[in-house]
Amino acid sequence: MYAFTYQRPTTVAEAASAIQAEEAKLLGGGQTLLPTLKQRLARPSDLIDLSGIPELKGIREVDGGLEIGAFTRHAEVAHSDLVKRVIPSLAGLAEGIGDRQVRNMGTLGGSIANADPSADYPSAVVALKGLVTTDRRTIAGDDFFTGMFETALEPGEIIKAVRFSRPDKAAYAKFRNPASRYAIVGVYVARFGAEVRVAVTGAAGSVFRADAFEAALAADFRAEALNGLSVGADGLNADIHASADYRAHLVTVMAKRAVEAAG
Amino acid sequence: MANPNGIGASVRRREDQRFLTGRGNYTDDFKRPNMTHAVHVRSPYAHARVLGIDPADALAMPGVVAVLTGADMEADKVGSLPCGWQIHSKDGSPMKEPPHYPLARDRVRYVGDAVAVVIAETREQARDAAEMVVVDYEELPAVGSSTRAIDGAATLVHDDAPGNVCYDWHLGDKAAVDAAFAQAAHVARIDLVNQRLVPNAMEPRAALGEYDASSGEYTLTTTSQNPHVIRLLMGAFVLGIPEHKLRVVAPDVGGGFGSKIFHYGEEAVVTWAARKIGRPVKWTADRSESFLTDAHGRDHVSHAEMAMDADGNFLALRVSTLANMGAYLSTFAPSIPTYLYATLLAGQYKTPAIYAEVKAVFTNTSPVDAYRGAGRPEACYLIERLVDVAAGVMGMDKTEIRRRNFVPADAMPYQTPVALQYDTGDFAKNLDIALPLVDYPGFQQRRAESKARGKLRGIGFATYIEACGIAPSNVAGALGARAGLYECAEVRFHPTGSVTVFTGSHSHGQGHETTFAQIVAERFGVPIENVEIVHGDTNKIPFGMGTYGSRSLAVGGSALVKAMDKVERKAKKIAAHMLEAAETDIEVKDGRFTVAGTDKSLGIGDIALQAYVPHNFPLDELEPGLDEQAFYDPKNFTYPNGCHVCELEIDPDTGVTTIVNFAAVDDFGNVINPLIVEGQVHGGLVQGIGQALYENCVYDEESGQLVTGSYMDYCMPRADDVPSFTVRYHEDQPCTHNPLGVKGCGEAGTIGAAAAVMNAVVDALSDYGITHMDMPATPEKVWRTIRDATPALAAE
Repeated sequence: MYAFTYQRPTTVAEAASAIQAEEAKLLGGGQTLLPTLKQRLARPSDLIDLSGIPELKGIREVDGGLEIGAFTRHAEVAHSDLVKRVIPSLAGLAEGIGDRQVRNMGTLGGSIANADPSADYPSAVVALKGLVTTDRRTIAGDDFFTGMFETALEPGEIIKAVRFSRPDKAAYAKFRNPASRYAIVGVYVARFGAEVRVAVTGAAGSVFRADAFEAALAADFRAEALNGLSVGADGLNADIHASADYRAHLVTVMAKRAVEAAG
Repeated sequence: MANPNGIGASVRRREDQRFLTGRGNYTDDFKRPNMTHAVHVRSPYAHARVLGIDPADALAMPGVVAVLTGADMEADKVGSLPCGWQIHSKDGSPMKEPPHYPLARDRVRYVGDAVAVVIAETREQARDAAEMVVVDYEELPAVGSSTRAIDGAATLVHDDAPGNVCYDWHLGDKAAVDAAFAQAAHVARIDLVNQRLVPNAMEPRAALGEYDASSGEYTLTTTSQNPHVIRLLMGAFVLGIPEHKLRVVAPDVGGGFGSKIFHYGEEAVVTWAARKIGRPVKWTADRSESFLTDAHGRDHVSHAEMAMDADGNFLALRVSTLANMGAYLSTFAPSIPTYLYATLLAGQYKTPAIYAEVKAVFTNTSPVDAYRGAGRPEACYLIERLVDVAAGVMGMDKTEIRRRNFVPADAMPYQTPVALQYDTGDFAKNLDIALPLVDYPGFQQRRAESKARGKLRGIGFATYIEACGIAPSNVAGALGARAGLYECAEVRFHPTGSVTVFTGSHSHGQGHETTFAQIVAERFGVPIENVEIVHGDTNKIPFGMGTYGSRSLAVGGSALVKAMDKVERKAKKIAAHMLEAAETDIEVKDGRFTVAGTDKSLGIGDIALQAYVPHNFPLDELEPGLDEQAFYDPKNFTYPNGCHVCELEIDPDTGVTTIVNFAAVDDFGNVINPLIVEGQVHGGLVQGIGQALYENCVYDEESGQLVTGSYMDYCMPRADDVPSFTVRYHEDQPCTHNPLGVKGCGEAGTIGAAAAVMNAVVDALSDYGITHMDMPATPEKVWRTIRDATPALAAE
């Protein structure tokens, strides 16, 4: 990697100040940024390591759900008794991210700020009516992801925590890339009373909601309700691991499996 | 009393303590005073002319010591990397053997081809500066695959290889095969691809060059499976350094799978540069470089046909294979799709006539050479897929068609129609052991149960035989090898009875430090702790040809036995002298030397001490010392063989394949350490399963860019992808021509597994009329195959 200035602030305010440096980058768990640096594909002037900021950490039960600090590692979410009790499907999602090494390093905030189209967490933020709290404002999960590797975050804006609503029933079903173990397709189905949310990650440039699936499941929350429904292959991702029409097919399969798992 | 750590004992690997606690000593761990670091500037193009190289900006960077190019090497008369095996085409002409310079001179021929080396005080400085070397390329059209290479319009990778053909070779009796096909009742046919693989050793390649100006001696420390071979190839052909001035050390090496047999340009670059700049030079590949520049494996496109009589007896086999050599000939590349492939096409069957044609071509891709199994997995895969198709043609059970055509055990030794003579093997017995392990009679019921759950279940068999213990030098020489393939060992008893063994075999994961010590402990009754195995240093080991082709125990172990025979003969002389008896009266058992019919005896330790304290030796008849050396050249190859069975389940909704049971029955001859053998089988099976289901090295056909250049896209098998294996072996058919009766176990798993898995995949899809699928059976490929075979679903 190229040389950079390393900084490790202890408060969000300090981090917000440090990130003003030109070409500065925030460092979460480093599971995307560090390999990028090692490959010399990025050349930040400063690396602002967020690991020393207590206010970014922790999992709290809040009215109607959970609030998880941005610098909470995937393994902490996966193993949290609180998460397992309040939103067990979220713990299950975290347990399926990458591999053990990735889960022990990667963070929630890092994942959603990077907005990799194949990342798992974006589906949870959207399906669980997430609210992303930053050092400047709160952004609704539905508005947060704006495109491939693009979010509503302004330059230098720092995610502090994400609030997830507790669904009545929910499950995340993932078809993982056998090589990278990212999601080729991941479908998060969550039911809140009469409302059903179906958030799809991996399939397209950014996480999206499958409206027709949501309507069908709102009427009849059974896998069979999705028979014959497809998100269509237009605009979906295609690579050597999965073509667009295969991804479209998998969205339906994974959505059905999520419904079945949600019970 | 048998030695608890002798032959047949599952002794835990002695080397693992150091490996597992981070105390291994790998090439990149070596640090020398005043050492510099090298980073190669590599071509981003698959094919281009190099119009010029401007190092000025790089030389101005901090810490840069030198920027050296192919022109500098040419000025110093550095030669081409040699090829160790010459093949002749059908018309008798020698293969095309274009030069392969360590640093390209005027043209680059694959992405990763090195054009310059930057040497700096630190690795990061060298990397920074390497980005500043300005290379003026004129891009040329690229040849990204073997099929494209022989398309008449293809550009030439080498101007002196018309049609991109390296050789067009054949083996077998074409007339006899044509005659058999003419009268065949049934013919089975298959077209298949054995896809290219990246070896992916855990330790990337590395090389450290040193030059001692006072002695004029060079030292190369390198990640090699055969340091003496590198000394010969690099010393004699590339750098012109005589053996006595060139030391090659291959210390702990973290896996090779064949990819570290070969002499690579980086080894010559650091050795040459060390003298040029007067400082040690170290290069260590990063993982991206490993993907781009380690010699790849496999890459065959084949058509095969089996002629049968009305009862399913094999009459003749006809095979045509297109083999990709890559951009240049790697050290043993030409031998892999010829003498390590076509000679194995008889498999376990008594097919009376076989004819194989192999066309090897150049492409703008990384060189292709031996990779675990090297030719034999390709042969096994082709035969065993074809036999399954033949069973379908005949409407026969897949085990029955095999059984009907096996070479019977009582036909051994058996001369195949493709040059080899199998010494031993009981193929029906392997199958008999395997069938109960997988409850074959219960399979149809399990299949029905899976179907009830919406899953497709398949079972696949693969029988294999391999030619290992490479090789009798006279045979290899007659077939074009430019080296002998014997092995050397030295057994040195020290005065207090401990033993140092020097072996020309090289362990890069095989556990020689344990296995070889067991052989010595058994023979002389010494504690295993008192036996040290030394390998991997041309200044310590008398000579060696290294480790590949499952040869260490069969060839290196046999050399060890020969050296121990000599030690014993000498010890007998000393014992006779000490015990005042005739040498013919000395009996030897478990390291004790006894005068027959008396209680007068000596242990080997007493004798060793006396050998080095020869106060009353009759020096005319008896030399001091107990240190003997032997070379062993095998009389034949060894023929490990076995039967692998895979049972799996496919989820038709996603195309995901899950292996539910895998049984491997192998005949490795005698087994020294069952634990190590089982580990070798496990690793081999996973590599074979990896090829069948996951791994695929993809180049873009148009641009020649490596698409699968990282673990994000190149899928390695992981522990949770494979089941617990059922592994059995039997020792009823020991090798008849080496003293240990061993056959070798290093490659077997990889050879049988891919065919067993793919036969099971196709079996699972048989209800859809599927008769073949190319590897890897990725989820999308399986799903698409099912969908395309199901018009109703396709229309949905």
